[in-house]
Amino acid sequence: MPKGSVAITTERCKGCGFCVEFCPTHVLELSNAFNAKGYHPPHMLNAEKCSGCNLCGMYCPDFAIFGYKYPDQKAQKGEQGQ
Amino acid sequence: MSTTELHVHNPVEDLLRQDRVPTIWCPGCGIGTTVNSFAHALLGQQINLQKTAIVSGIGCSGRVSGYMNLDSFHTTHGRAIPFATGLKLANPELTVIVYSGDGDLTSIGGNHLIHAARRNMDIMVVCVNNMIYAMTGGQAAATTPGASNSTTTPYGAFEPELNMAQLVDAAGACFVARWTAFHVMQLERTMAKALKKKGFRFIEILSPCPTYYQRKNNMGDALAAMVDYKKRSKIKNGCPTWETALEPGGEIVVGEFVDREREDYLTRMRRQLGSHYSEFPPQPEEQESEGCEKEC
Ligand SMILES: Cc1ncc(C[n+]2csc(CCOP(=O)(O)OP(=O)(O)O)c2C)c(N)n1
Ligand code: SF4
Ligand code: SF4
Ligand code: SF4
Ligand SMILES: [Mg+2]
Repeated sequence: MPKGSVAITTERCKGCGFCVEFCPTHVLELSNAFNAKGYHPPHMLNAEKCSGCNLCGMYCPDFAIFGYKYPDQKAQKGEQGQ
Repeated sequence: MSTTELHVHNPVEDLLRQDRVPTIWCPGCGIGTTVNSFAHALLGQQINLQKTAIVSGIGCSGRVSGYMNLDSFHTTHGRAIPFATGLKLANPELTVIVYSGDGDLTSIGGNHLIHAARRNMDIMVVCVNNMIYAMTGGQAAATTPGASNSTTTPYGAFEPELNMAQLVDAAGACFVARWTAFHVMQLERTMAKALKKKGFRFIEILSPCPTYYQRKNNMGDALAAMVDYKKRSKIKNGCPTWETALEPGGEIVVGEFVDREREDYLTRMRRQLGSHYSEFPPQPEEQESEGCEKEC
């Protein structure tokens, strides 16, 4: 059960790769999909490793991603961002 | 997308003018990254945002004021500091932040920078240093590292670059720091500290410009610049600013270099004026004159 997840606004992403490179647990990768502007937004490769630390959000120059923590223990929905 | 179930929300969004995003910045431009640190610093300090003003000059970095949901002023090229000075003097209760580029603040606006530091004007200055005049097409600025290629220096610049930290320190700034766009958390902490300090506070941030500086100098894309900052940076808090020069390819000294107390301009003015000081000085009465008084 991951401690957190990310929310991605794919249409804002410009595919710089900062979030992928600087995520401490290598949760993300740039997907093969295109957004409307032709960039490859990130998606979660290792969702279970996400701590919700929001470093990806701090690095994203386009406010296209941010991390958040799940409310403690509870909310055991087994849900993950995708 | 996973946002809906938990009603999660990025706090930075509250500080952005939503109708202006997405930004005009190129993919991987570091300016937006610095805005995250700035927004978190503002939110974390419980600063009264109704009494916070942001002033920019012109340039890609100068766009920041327009994206922030604060009282924003986009002034003329090089003149953000004199504008901010006027704002602060006329309305001393404001927290005034200047957010602009290296060309704007140190090249065309260089003299204002020196004298605001000398006066210890109570403003915080954030300088995004992408080492070039980016918005206008990549011309060399005073901060362009010697030998770098640019639109105006196709054989490399023949001038050494300016060390802003040393300049503002010598002129009298009470707080001087430098980070890079890679140092998001350190930058947030430094900004938070600077926001609460009184006097002239200066924060330089090295930031990738993949479109001009990186491309002209075969330095790869923005991510390569960020990885390069990570590799070359050395944290030296308290380092004498004359030892912080940025040499092309050399060590990037980062950290909080200066943090001292010095009477700021307004405090000094009030002290010297003593009983002559008045918050609202009497205005000279407008003379009523009907037409030309003199026979001419
Ligand atoms: C008086 C005046 N001179 C020149 C310009 C053209 N100009 C606009 S932005 C700019 C360069 C800005 O460089 P910098 O402050 O480093 O910002 P950057 O775009 O690199 O973020 C110049 C020269 C102008 N707008 N006004
Ligand atoms: S929130 Fe933290 S752990 Fe999760 S993807 Fe972002 S950087 Fe990685
Ligand atoms: S940091 Fe932001 S803009 Fe860059 S790839 Fe990640 S989501 Fe996209
Ligand atoms: S030209 Fe350079 S500084 Fe300007 S938006 Fe593009 S990458 Fe950023
Ligand atoms: Mg510049």
